[in-house]
Amino acid sequence: MWKWLHKLGSPPWFYRISGRWLPWLAVASAALLLVGIGWGLLIAPPDYQQGHTVRIMYIHVPAAILAQSAYLMLAGAGLVVLVWPVRLADLFAEACAPVGASMTVLALATGSIWGKPTWGTYWEWDARLTSVLILLFLYIGVIALRAAIREAEAAARACAILAVVGVVNIPIIKYSVEWWNTLHQPASFRVTEKPTMPAEMWLPLLPCVLGLYLFFFTVVLMRTRNNVLRRDRRKSWAQNEIHRLNASGETEHGV
Amino acid sequence: MAFESFAELLAMGGHGAYVWSAYGVALGILIWNIYMPLRVRRQFLRQQARLARRGGEMQ
Repeated sequence: MWKWLHKLGSPPWFYRISGRWLPWLAVASAALLLVGIGWGLLIAPPDYQQGHTVRIMYIHVPAAILAQSAYLMLAGAGLVVLVWPVRLADLFAEACAPVGASMTVLALATGSIWGKPTWGTYWEWDARLTSVLILLFLYIGVIALRAAIREAEAAARACAILAVVGVVNIPIIKYSVEWWNTLHQPASFRVTEKPTMPAEMWLPLLPCVLGLYLFFFTVVLMRTRNNVLRRDRRKSWAQNEIHRLNASGETEHGV
Repeated sequence: MAFESFAELLAMGGHGAYVWSAYGVALGILIWNIYMPLRVRRQFLRQQARLARRGGEMQ
């Protein structure tokens, strides 16, 4: 186990293995998203009150889940950076932040579009919406902090501290719909109870959520691999890889 | 199928603009997420190739 973790922390090993996983992750993610979104848009029944606008759920709910999961991963990586010097953790955190931010933008945008026909407004300063907006600001803060600090080691620690402290917002997002009277509905899914939605409505959510998770890992892996190659560019393994990629003419094809 | 025709699918019971713009935003954000790391990688490799030609950033 420790040996495996140590290997995973080694950049050349990670680079090689992740290159092998990447195409499979990408294909699985595309397939699940196509099935889930197609099912949600074409086959799932309309809601008896909301009609067809409920179909926005099949992208809004996965985006909102990923926005929070990505932050937990960012903070987890930050914790590793602070207590245990694994270089890869910071390169992963650097990759996580912009992708997580984009998922938060997606959750806010689709929620806002859904809100107009459902609540009659695009935006309300309600606890759920506001706490998710704070999540977006936390992501932007982490990204800006990294850009502002030139020295890599200091940037890693500063970003890690901000990410870990910001975790306090995650339970606030989760319980906002219970602690305050919000426009946003409470969760329809609980571990202990049956969903308050018919199965033909929530089943398409499963491939959508799983597909977006795999999409997230695909693009975060692509970014982390870039970061690893950049950070190790003076090491011989990375020099060889850069030389190999340039010789194979990949840059000409735009890939 | 929840729809009888393609026109009905587009209309989404009169809420087509909301449903399709939400999915449009989603598509845009997914494409951005795929494009950005590819662009960074291409630029990095080009830059390294230039440096190698100049004998700049070598060991």
